Amino acid sequence: MPEAAAAPLVEPRPPRKLYRSSDGRWLGGVARGLAGHLGLPVVWVRLVFAGLFMADGLGALLYAAFWFFVPLGIGGVGDQKPPSLVTTETAPDGRRRLVARKPDKGQIVALLLMVVVATVFVGNVNLGSGAKAYLLPAVLVGAGVALVWRQADNARRARWVEVGRRRRTITLLRTGAGVLLVTAGVSGTFVLQGSTAHLGSVLQAALAVIVGITLLAGPYLVRMTQDLSEERLMRIRAQERAEVAAHVHDSVLHTLTLIQRNAENAGEVRRLARAQERDLRTWLYKPEGTGKEEADEPTTVADAVRRNAAEVEDKHGVPIEVVVVGDCPLDDGVGAQMQAAREAMVNAAKYGGEGGAVQVYAEVEGRTVFVSVRDRGPGFDLDSIPADRMGVRESIIGRMERHGGTARLRAVPDGGTEVELEMERAEKTS
Amino acid sequence: MSDPTDTNGTTGAGAAEPAQAPGDSAGGRHVRVVLVDDHRMFRTGVQAEIGQTEQTGVEVVGEAADVDQAVTVITATRPEVVLLDVHLPGGGGVEVLRRCSPLMSDAERPVRFLALSVSDAAEDVIGVIRGGARGYVTKTITGTDLVNSIFRVQEGDAVFSPRLAGFVLDAFASTDAPPVDEDLDRLTQREREVLRLIARGYAYKEIAKQLFISVKTVESHVSAVLRKLQLSNRHELTRWATARRLV
Repeated sequence: MPEAAAAPLVEPRPPRKLYRSSDGRWLGGVARGLAGHLGLPVVWVRLVFAGLFMADGLGALLYAAFWFFVPLGIGGVGDQKPPSLVTTETAPDGRRRLVARKPDKGQIVALLLMVVVATVFVGNVNLGSGAKAYLLPAVLVGAGVALVWRQADNARRARWVEVGRRRRTITLLRTGAGVLLVTAGVSGTFVLQGSTAHLGSVLQAALAVIVGITLLAGPYLVRMTQDLSEERLMRIRAQERAEVAAHVHDSVLHTLTLIQRNAENAGEVRRLARAQERDLRTWLYKPEGTGKEEADEPTTVADAVRRNAAEVEDKHGVPIEVVVVGDCPLDDGVGAQMQAAREAMVNAAKYGGEGGAVQVYAEVEGRTVFVSVRDRGPGFDLDSIPADRMGVRESIIGRMERHGGTARLRAVPDGGTEVELEMERAEKTS
Repeated sequence: MSDPTDTNGTTGAGAAEPAQAPGDSAGGRHVRVVLVDDHRMFRTGVQAEIGQTEQTGVEVVGEAADVDQAVTVITATRPEVVLLDVHLPGGGGVEVLRRCSPLMSDAERPVRFLALSVSDAAEDVIGVIRGGARGYVTKTITGTDLVNSIFRVQEGDAVFSPRLAGFVLDAFASTDAPPVDEDLDRLTQREREVLRLIARGYAYKEIAKQLFISVKTVESHVSAVLRKLQLSNRHELTRWATARRLV
């Protein structure tokens, strides 16, 4: 039955493609993959293969053919899962299951089973005495080939799950064992043929052929691997580019559209352009790993200063240039300082914004956090604006002093006001 | 603490931020400039803004869009100042600087470079400065300021934008374990003060007033910082670059 069913199944049908299972497999994952594909219990498929093995080893041949031609996939049938789920199991979440895979206990069982079946097979099938002698070498070759193929599967799996680096010695050992088995099997055949005497010269000839082939095909192989890895690199780059393009497309084109619509509103255009510029810069120049999307609350001085400046800039439409030197985490005092700085920025944007960009400078040096907010407006006179006096006194000077810092407002010689805020960081933070 | 002196006399005229009386330089002389930038729109814009030779004193004698072109044009025209973009096809501004280094050290007619970039990445900026550029300004700079900067560079001074000052302070800041023999590479207290004021948006003239020194002294401090930045590529900068995974 399997051979009848298998023939149409090997052809790739778009919705359900046959894969060998990399999960919970005993040998090559053929039975499991097939079971998942057919919606049958694994045991049945395995039994069918074992049964077919009795029919002159057809099962083994079939199994080998499947192993060779069907690609390895993620997923397969889980005994407890309904088979219909299995084909959708190839989604990326399958990876997590792979990593948590248990050691190959089933492999040992499979090996034992194979030995038993082989023994039964040898006992039952009556081969000619000459052919029977070749059985052991054939088994050896088969086992070796199985080992090496299995290894190739593992290498492929390791690429998906990014494991296997620490298992390199095991990889080598397994490949070596496979090669050894195959060599032993092939040599055994020669020995049985009674050409032991020529074994040396045959090996030499074989070696010469291998060297010759390597010399001929080597360059091609090397170039092919190089091409392949280059192609993979290009693919990764293309993916990155696509990500950037997506971002640029979304935000920049959107902004450009808005700018076109608001073309006669200079203030709005400027605001949009600056907001977009800031967004793009954050996205492009933020160091890797810090996360491109914004966190909910700023946790460091640099973050807080930039965030505040951006918000004030958006709200009041005055460009704010920020320079930050050093960084440290926020604590109570510094947090209050950030609030005061924000207040100062708002004041600068409101009353000094027409003179040009507001300049904000923040520096963390040792235990001291210093922030200066400077505008180039008409200058700020505390006495002439009584209503704002309280605001400045309370929200800037008062706030700083309550937390043990200092605030200074002063007129800059060539026009404009500068607010200087200084605060000591709390002891425990480092 | 607050000393709000009467500021009614001073108005918001400081917006243009004339770094050095522009009349002196723009009046009698003129500077030959080469524009190196791979964006044609930007070159056109700058050209339009500073290219009126009789008004600004700046004459754009050549343009280039990539590294090879830049080297060819600069060698052929021998300008006094090159406005150099940081990001260029063919190796970037650093590569142009490297290949033009003989021209920079020419005793009679040195070619001087002013980096002009939209880049926000400190490593880009510090990279061109260490490559020999005499200053760095962002592309948001106004035409007047750009002309001033060009003249200042042409006269051999350094041009530090607030942002560049911030980068430099950052680069020299992380000196936890200073090596004993590297005193030369360290910024002096005064240089640090000057840099801080630049970072806070002060013009040279304002810094001079603030620190009770002359504008010339401010300029010499800034030039000293630039020299140290170009020379001191060992300890701080290496460490700084390593910390940012640049090397």
